[in-house]
Amino acid sequence: MNVTLRVWRQANGRAKGKMAIYRVNDISEDMSFLEMLDVLNERLTLQGDDPIAFDSDCREGICGMCGLVINGVAHGPQQTTTCQLHMRSFSDGDVIDVEPWRADPFPVIKDLVVDRSAFDRIIQAGGYISAPTGTAPDAHATPVPKRDADRAFDAATCISCGACVAACPNGSAMLFTAAKITHLGLLPQGQPERYSRVVGMVAQHDAEGFGGCTNIGECTAVCPKAIPFETISRLNRDLISALTHGGSHWPRAAPKGETEVDEED
Amino acid sequence: MAVTGLILIGYLLAHMYGNLKIFAGAEAFNEYAHHLRALGEPLLPHTGALWIIRVVLLISVLGHMYAAFNLWSRAHKARGGTRRYYSHKSRTGVQRTYASFTLRWGGVVILLFVIYHLLHLTWNIIHPGGAAAEPYDRVVNGFQIWSVVLAYTIAMIAVGFHVRHGTWSALTTLGANTSSLARRRLNVLAYAVAGLVTVGFLLPPFAILFGFVS
Amino acid sequence: MASKPPDVHVTNSELLDSLDADSFYVEGADIADTKAPKVPIDRRWEERRFRARLVNPANRRKLSVIIVGTGLAGSSAAATLGEAGYNVTCFCYQDSPRRAHSIAAQGGINAAKNYRNDGDSVYRLFYDTVKGGDFRARESNVYRLAEVSVEIIDQCVAQGVPFAREYGGLLDNRSFGGVQVSRTFYARGQTGQQLLIGAYQALERQIAAGTVEMNTRHEMLELIVVDGRARGVVIRDMVTGAIETHFADAVVLATGGYSNVFFLSTNAMGCNVTATWRAYRKGAYFANPCFTQIHPTCIPVSGDYQSKLTLMSESLRNDGRIWVPKSGEDKRDPREIPEQDRDYYLERLYPSFGNLVPRDIASRAAKNVCDEGRGVGPGGLGVYLDFAAAIARLGRPTVEARYGNLFQIYAQITGDDPYQTPMRIYPAVHYTMGGLWVDYDLASSIPGLYVTGEANFSDHGANRLGASALMQGLADGYFVLPNTISDYLADGPFPQVDQSHPAVTEAVEAVRARINTLLSVNGSRTVDSFHRELGRLIWDYCGMERSEEGLRKALTRIRELKKEYWSDVRVLGTNEELNQALERAGRVADFFELGELMCIDALVRRESCGGHFRVESQTPDGEALRNDAEFAYVSAWEFGGDDRRPILHKEPLVYEYVEMKQRSYK
Repeated sequence: MNVTLRVWRQANGRAKGKMAIYRVNDISEDMSFLEMLDVLNERLTLQGDDPIAFDSDCREGICGMCGLVINGVAHGPQQTTTCQLHMRSFSDGDVIDVEPWRADPFPVIKDLVVDRSAFDRIIQAGGYISAPTGTAPDAHATPVPKRDADRAFDAATCISCGACVAACPNGSAMLFTAAKITHLGLLPQGQPERYSRVVGMVAQHDAEGFGGCTNIGECTAVCPKAIPFETISRLNRDLISALTHGGSHWPRAAPKGETEVDEED
Repeated sequence: MAVTGLILIGYLLAHMYGNLKIFAGAEAFNEYAHHLRALGEPLLPHTGALWIIRVVLLISVLGHMYAAFNLWSRAHKARGGTRRYYSHKSRTGVQRTYASFTLRWGGVVILLFVIYHLLHLTWNIIHPGGAAAEPYDRVVNGFQIWSVVLAYTIAMIAVGFHVRHGTWSALTTLGANTSSLARRRLNVLAYAVAGLVTVGFLLPPFAILFGFVS
Repeated sequence: MASKPPDVHVTNSELLDSLDADSFYVEGADIADTKAPKVPIDRRWEERRFRARLVNPANRRKLSVIIVGTGLAGSSAAATLGEAGYNVTCFCYQDSPRRAHSIAAQGGINAAKNYRNDGDSVYRLFYDTVKGGDFRARESNVYRLAEVSVEIIDQCVAQGVPFAREYGGLLDNRSFGGVQVSRTFYARGQTGQQLLIGAYQALERQIAAGTVEMNTRHEMLELIVVDGRARGVVIRDMVTGAIETHFADAVVLATGGYSNVFFLSTNAMGCNVTATWRAYRKGAYFANPCFTQIHPTCIPVSGDYQSKLTLMSESLRNDGRIWVPKSGEDKRDPREIPEQDRDYYLERLYPSFGNLVPRDIASRAAKNVCDEGRGVGPGGLGVYLDFAAAIARLGRPTVEARYGNLFQIYAQITGDDPYQTPMRIYPAVHYTMGGLWVDYDLASSIPGLYVTGEANFSDHGANRLGASALMQGLADGYFVLPNTISDYLADGPFPQVDQSHPAVTEAVEAVRARINTLLSVNGSRTVDSFHRELGRLIWDYCGMERSEEGLRKALTRIRELKKEYWSDVRVLGTNEELNQALERAGRVADFFELGELMCIDALVRRESCGGHFRVESQTPDGEALRNDAEFAYVSAWEFGGDDRRPILHKEPLVYEYVEMKQRSYK
């Protein structure tokens, strides 16, 4: 099949970008979308043109590295990662628009590659359980109801790809943040830090410049892992509890990575 | 946003209940309007309760507008300006409701309407269809004109959409949507409240326009 | 040359007799000591921890460690060392530490918890792993792995890893390839993801605490060795192209395996050998490079454009039946081929294990039927995995409950519906048992250079059991390395390294020169076209079946291809930008050198063991035949210099606790 691509090209973060048009002929419908771009890049290289930069790594839908806005939809027409989208989802002669995730906190690095380090900083603000290595009790010490474990798992499958942000009309990362709050908040091990976690993570979310959630639901609709929309309400519930319980739930000072030593030792 | 929105929805429902008194006749309607001013007496001075309501409403409206503006401005910045995607192939999103689409501009329409509405029926400053001393007469005079009814209808449809997404969104934000069952229930509730408010508010003007109430 | 055991079926005796593999390598001194304490095996780890010197918490902040790679082994080590108070600097080539390829592991993680009360124990896990590795793993290390496995599960649960649970709230277990107990803990089909997120969260917590400095989109291109100690790394910032130097008191490589030398593998696109290969060139021994694992149930290649292969969980073989048409001429739709025209070859050849034979055997059998011209699908590289019988027997809902998500993956990728038509599968490379040689402390042969996870030559011998890779990565990172590295760091802090030290300037210049060369060749072929050709060579001659003749052919061709590469590759753009072709070009250059060493290693190991099958060494009925008399050793290769022969150091393998036996799955 033959397709025409309109692709966002931008030399670097400071440069102004524009859409460029490429004809891609003789491709197989069994190719993945990214393999089609590989083929285009091979041809561009032999022609002496700069290949298109795009992120991908595992190419089996789990690492979260890939992500393109295809025809205006994050990850394209199937609810899956871009790497799992195949050309059979398109028709011969289609004109396909390919753009990077667009959000102020996700600046473009080059072409279709964006910087998503804001997500890591949201996790740093509390998206963990403080369990220093070697201090854990036996795994069976605390049973976890299967229902809670399953729901925690559903939220924990987030791959941090950022499609939720790319799709959200508000540029909000609430689904990403809520997935982590829900994952850890449903488990008994996550209870001690439950409220400081939500306050810290939401504050970081806002500080990174993500927009506020107005419950439109586009995030869940494009999420390759179908993170349930309900997680956002769970986050809100925890946040309200935290705020109404006053200072006791505000984040502690960052943990120090060293053991206090008695000076006389 | 959620709290002020729910207060306003609560007010709308009470307001609508009052409006429907018009079907009970001029006396009952006027009596109701006066009663509002005497509400809470003797515990509160005359019009005291009304003023409390007005103050709460004013704070809610201002708070709601402030939050809306704040959300809009954050969203605008987060999206990286007005032009986000060059592709126009998915302008209406993947699944979003029309109600969520019209939330912001619909809110502005509602604001303009509320100003007009206060000028007309509350402060009695403009009088389409002729001035009148009693509220009942003001309502009836105004809604005999089709253009007034049309403007009112447009506004009420905007309110309906606004309430549809607003109810759902407010309750979600307050943490009521924590399962798929809850999600379904909330959506039904939001449609129900929106439908009730729209139809409830539209009954009196159309009844007047078509001469069932005079 | 030692005499052949009497039952060897020699397919090409002439070649075997004229074997002159010696011209490819030089033999060095044996490795005498692996530093495992000389006490009974169940006390070795305790003894080592007790003897290892400690670092006072107040002194730890004066000591620094560089960790390259953030998969299970790297993240867990960084989090643990950071928490202990060391200054940790961490690098990964991805845009977030959470994306390392450990995330793609599906099945589960083994631990000798014996929660099923089915007779499991540390000793049994140890025994199964040594046997599964076909007696080419080191007993001391494997025993420690089994011991530590128990703590890993505790640690992960405490971190909030949502393992599968039963209705009573306790952890669920499943059984896994070739063992008789249920000891595998899992989180649906995404165990690797959940474990990595646990380690990643612990790492992010330390980053927030300021004990770990994280550098994403940074790739290690050279190791800096000063006065005989590993003291730093040369790193390229993949966004700006800046060549940076970073120094520390010790360097840890947790950079994963090298399956991508095959071009097509189940590894992520970016997985590469560069970090460990650069360390090898600086003097670290590379052990058992030819030990690679080929997984039988992957989705076959559909065309030349294919960029990677996708694994389907081994569990499919529990209910699916594997077959090919009896005749290669039979091109009918599989559903129309009647039973009598089908060859269920695994059931025919291995009546007692049938479709459940170990990975290496299932893979090779598939290769054999395809070589006979009976393969199915595009290019004839595939066999059917048929669920029609299972659906008829169990009903579709049961099959859906067991394998629904896998069927979905298959349908997504191939466009075929496996409920209607048989799946097509073919073996693919997905793990490398070889890697940098380490002693009991996980220390390489360069003082101060430690290697963890798949990057080291690991505890799996010649074949890894299912659900053991995750176990090893976390064992190394959480529990082993933090206890052993302190013994080395106790001598620190070492004198500060001067930027102008010749070892530093030389390393930086070497990196720059390589980059400049790659950018200036401006030839006529792309990096991927070379990589594809190299991968095909390695797959054909150093894949599921290796022969003297094939390996020699491969070596000649690899050397030619390497020359062509350096004179005809085309890499556009500059160093001072995000340049993905340049990144790949550097990695592929190292794959060429590694591919050569793999073939030499395979050539020297004139026996079949685990994933390494030499056609010259098989039993009369075509099964792998080990030669314990001559090859019960670890091959640890020392770099001999460019265009010079590598030096082989043998580490003899002694089995005191598990008796060496020949495997049989008939």
